[in-house]
Amino acid sequence: MTDAMIGLVALPLSGAVATLLMPRSATVVTIGTGLATTVAAALLLFGVANQGALHYEVGGWSTGLGITLRADGLSALLLMMTSLVVLAASVYASAYFSAASERARFWPLWLLLWTSLNALFLSGDLFNLYVTLELLGLSAVALASLGGKRAAVAAALRYLLVGLLGSMLFLAGVSLIYAGYGTLDLATLPRVVEPGPIAWTALAMMTTGLLLKTALFPLHFWLPPAHASAPAPVSAVLSALVVKAAFYLVLRLWLDVFANVVTPAAANLLGVLGACAVLWGSWRALQAERLKLLAAWSTVAQLGYLFLFFPLLLVLPPGPSRDLAVGGLVMLALTHGFAKAGLFLAIGIIQQRCGHDTIRDLDGTAQHLPATTFAIAMAGVALIGLPPSGAFLGKWQLLAGAVETGQWLWLLVTATGSLLAAAYIFRVLGHAFGHRPYPNQPVTVAREEWPALLLAAMAALVLGLAGAPVWKLLEIGI
Amino acid sequence: MLTAQVLYGLTACVIVALGLRGALLHASLLQRVVAINVMGAGVFMLLIAVAYRGPGLPPDPLPHALVLTGIVVAVSATALALALARRLHAEQDND
Repeated sequence: MTDAMIGLVALPLSGAVATLLMPRSATVVTIGTGLATTVAAALLLFGVANQGALHYEVGGWSTGLGITLRADGLSALLLMMTSLVVLAASVYASAYFSAASERARFWPLWLLLWTSLNALFLSGDLFNLYVTLELLGLSAVALASLGGKRAAVAAALRYLLVGLLGSMLFLAGVSLIYAGYGTLDLATLPRVVEPGPIAWTALAMMTTGLLLKTALFPLHFWLPPAHASAPAPVSAVLSALVVKAAFYLVLRLWLDVFANVVTPAAANLLGVLGACAVLWGSWRALQAERLKLLAAWSTVAQLGYLFLFFPLLLVLPPGPSRDLAVGGLVMLALTHGFAKAGLFLAIGIIQQRCGHDTIRDLDGTAQHLPATTFAIAMAGVALIGLPPSGAFLGKWQLLAGAVETGQWLWLLVTATGSLLAAAYIFRVLGHAFGHRPYPNQPVTVAREEWPALLLAAMAALVLGLAGAPVWKLLEIGI
Repeated sequence: MLTAQVLYGLTACVIVALGLRGALLHASLLQRVVAINVMGAGVFMLLIAVAYRGPGLPPDPLPHALVLTGIVVAVSATALALALARRLHAEQDND
């Protein structure tokens, strides 16, 4: 099974080099690499399910000196989601870029982004996490700037500066941890970290840096322009996966490494920021004039829900109801990943086929692009949190936890946020099913539409109806 | 007692704070890139101060390795920021 861990990093990395050397066959190389990487992710998922958490010391260097790869239930699930989303987006991207020069610049960066995502989810120590976080940020910025227009370059530059500031704060926290405890290993740290000035300062610096990268309100200002001006497949991966990588680190720090240090008051602060993100992000999504901006603001809101879980997790005693809440949190994150990627791909199809993504002028899209509109509707079901989507299960656990701990405020926020989400999704669908007769014939374009449909179906149906193993897998910790 | 190690550590913290202030407050792009680099220098200095293990003892090699890696990352990030800034200027001249 350790072969699968090496494959998850080595395959996309060698693919990136191969696409750089052979730009002509880059599409074939990418899809081939993507299939192999997805197989590796599936093998790892089964391996973790059967054998428990795995670790591997790269090059035989012992933990502390060399790089240790670790995989538990959480990272295996996120790796599986990453592989499926990136693979689907790769198929779409092969049809999205028409010019060969654009494709030649796109594929190597794309595979590097995939490499850094996989490496981040597999990293077993804090310094390696910093390096992969930077690699992820650099490749994401380069991809976001491919939109070419001035707005895209300006947004990418701001994204880069914010990302650098975030990772510098993270690194400063890492140095403090090493100064205080002499180790950076994720499996050792939870046993040695204890409350005190060093732990508090390190936690505050690392969390601030990561919140900047995961765009939690009020640090979300850079996200909408960066995600809305990038090419469609890039937006899909940025919104679905890249912000989740920073969120995954927040989760690891708060629930594992600093479990002894965090206090309910600090978690309440995260919860309040999350609530503001839910309300403000949903409101701005409702006001958006362009589909891509709507999707980007909806990402700000959906990330907010994830932070609503923190005040619950800090109060719930270890036991079945806490495990259910953790599962609900991860389920919500997975569903959003699939749904948002599907939504961005569908928006990309509309943008290319209709020449614009202005919501007011969408009338007749349902007749012109029936399959794409269906994908938007399915992704919408998952974003609102209607059954049988995975988000329904996630939000159910959120509400159950809020009732159990008597924190009624989060109940109100979730209900308001879901209603606002329904409003912004139905606003799009209302225009798409508009009465204006559309002169053109219905179009279906298999290679472009299948990825969006499959991703949306994964979020709206598969995760909701067959999501029980998620809870089982999350019992396997590092 | 103010040992050399504590002095280095405190100086590092001051440099980090200065860099952070610059990165947040300066409007000019170039100044912000430089400020982030100053902040990085502070973090690296903190790591080097941490490596000291006492008189006559060899320093802890691990933080040094971390600093080397960190410098490589910081240089690449700065290069990307400058390249993007040049693109932006070129686009502005075209308009």
